[in-house]
Amino acid sequence: MTAGIDFRKIIMTVVMAIFGILFLMPFIWMISASLKIEEEVLTFPIQWIPDTWNAVANYKEVWTGSMPFSLLYWNSIKVTVLTTFTSVFVSCLAAYGFAKINFKGRDVLFIIVLATYMIPPQTLLVTQFLLYRWVGLYDTHAGLVLLNSFSVFGTFMLRQFYLGISNEIIESARMDGAGHFRIFFNIALPLVRPAIATYAILRFIWTWNDFQYPLIFLRSEALYTIQLGVQSFADEHGSVYSLMMAASVSAIVPLLIIFIIGQKHVIEGIQLGGVKG
Amino acid sequence: MEGEVKARSKLAQANQAKVKKKKKRNGDPFSGWQENLSGYLFIAPMFLGTSALVLFPIIASLALSFTDWNFVAGFKNASFVGLENFQALFSNDTFLKSLKNNFIILLAIPITLFVSLSIAVIINKYIYLKDFFKVIFFMPFISSVVAVAVVFRVLFHPSDGPINQLLMNLGINNPPGWISDISYALPSVMLIMIWTSIGFNLIIYLAGLQNIPIELYEAAQIDGASAWYQFTKITIPLVSPTTFLLLITGIISSFKIFDLIIVLTNGGPANSTITPVVYLYQQAFLELKTGYASSVALVMFIIILVITYFQFIGQKKWVNY
Repeated sequence: MTAGIDFRKIIMTVVMAIFGILFLMPFIWMISASLKIEEEVLTFPIQWIPDTWNAVANYKEVWTGSMPFSLLYWNSIKVTVLTTFTSVFVSCLAAYGFAKINFKGRDVLFIIVLATYMIPPQTLLVTQFLLYRWVGLYDTHAGLVLLNSFSVFGTFMLRQFYLGISNEIIESARMDGAGHFRIFFNIALPLVRPAIATYAILRFIWTWNDFQYPLIFLRSEALYTIQLGVQSFADEHGSVYSLMMAASVSAIVPLLIIFIIGQKHVIEGIQLGGVKG
Repeated sequence: MEGEVKARSKLAQANQAKVKKKKKRNGDPFSGWQENLSGYLFIAPMFLGTSALVLFPIIASLALSFTDWNFVAGFKNASFVGLENFQALFSNDTFLKSLKNNFIILLAIPITLFVSLSIAVIINKYIYLKDFFKVIFFMPFISSVVAVAVVFRVLFHPSDGPINQLLMNLGINNPPGWISDISYALPSVMLIMIWTSIGFNLIIYLAGLQNIPIELYEAAQIDGASAWYQFTKITIPLVSPTTFLLLITGIISSFKIFDLIIVLTNGGPANSTITPVVYLYQQAFLELKTGYASSVALVMFIIILVITYFQFIGQKKWVNY
């Protein structure tokens, strides 16, 4: 059991690799089917490498057809990037306030904000919908951005990091005459950059994958985000499996790439918060 | 005399308190109205946003659940109906079915926990390329549920789907109809749930496993304990705080499953996969019964509240640290 190569460990790794491939079989099948002509999608035994390649035609139909993914992508990128920025900024401000400023009623306000975390979002949908109809945010991207912008999780997580900054740094800056806004931008923000990166990636992924809010708060097809697009694409082309798979690949793969690049941040963030998107 | 002394000492006390207060103020020179103002400015966006999008809606929802407001009829025609909505709700077969389904779905959680813990232990101790495997098992969790549901709609196709073609080739002549069969639709949903949530549970378990002192395993190894014995007698009891946390998150998130069911089965066939959330969506946004749907929301809110309460007391009682 000392250093060097452990044969039992190698065998276990190989067994696990086989299990891992089986685990990802639905994804492998999805990618393979998206490259085929429709007639060969359901042949058995499964041809993992297509006989007749039809990738270009399939993806061209998905990206430029009646429900063009180029538009869906643009909408999703717009909503996701705006949401991520707003949410990170709002959470950073509130987290700094709750962690580093001594104001009256701070603890009570913090508990009120934390308590809202318990409320399942679906129980709010009906009244949020009425509110949005009333103030004119229904069927707008701005409304969608606002829905995901006030995150208790983000505020709580960033507050933990701000608490880790020693008060002396902040107090000495205040002695020198700096106000809280200058301290926030010049000292505090740079110090919690890793935490911001973690929260930003998580918020990006959650917003990108969000289906429920767009389904309820958007009506015009021109505003559809990618998840909504995949659903209506699947309803429209319900029997053309190769196209459905090309649409699914288009919805999943870019995010997987972001995840693989930022995996350390994602995994750490999930472990830290113990939260499920 | 005595009275005077008392009064004096009182005065002294008051003085002392004043000094203390002053000292405290001097010790922390940054308080007062300026500090308060900047504090409120910093938390204002978060607090106002939460008030408008969470606090106000939950209170409004409470009020609406006692009315018969129908979105199409307009607000003028709404009237107070007392507990009528709740009476209707608990005598509605579809809603009762949806509650029952949600409790059946909970059965998927222990399975997920067991599989995730087993994989976590293997990744933690018995293999190379740990980070690589973490990413592999995490992929379904990070993927769009909508796209996953679309893929499984094809995989689960009763006659032409790859899964049933494989089963038929293995000699099973009457494979289940999966999502188009009333008795298999809910188990199919649960299977996909398990598949997508293993990644999350695994990651949390891996963090939990780091807290178990390695000496315990070394001692067990010296005593000749088998891997299975170590798993059941050391690992399982010592990760119980993590298991409890995951159990609660699992239960709470089971009440939030929406995307998967809407895209995969839309609650069908014959309401066999309907859950309270899906029922709420149908009543509120397809039937437009605003008041009635609000009462569904309120019942769900109370269920989650009760679960969270159990989490609080359970953490103290049942968790083996």
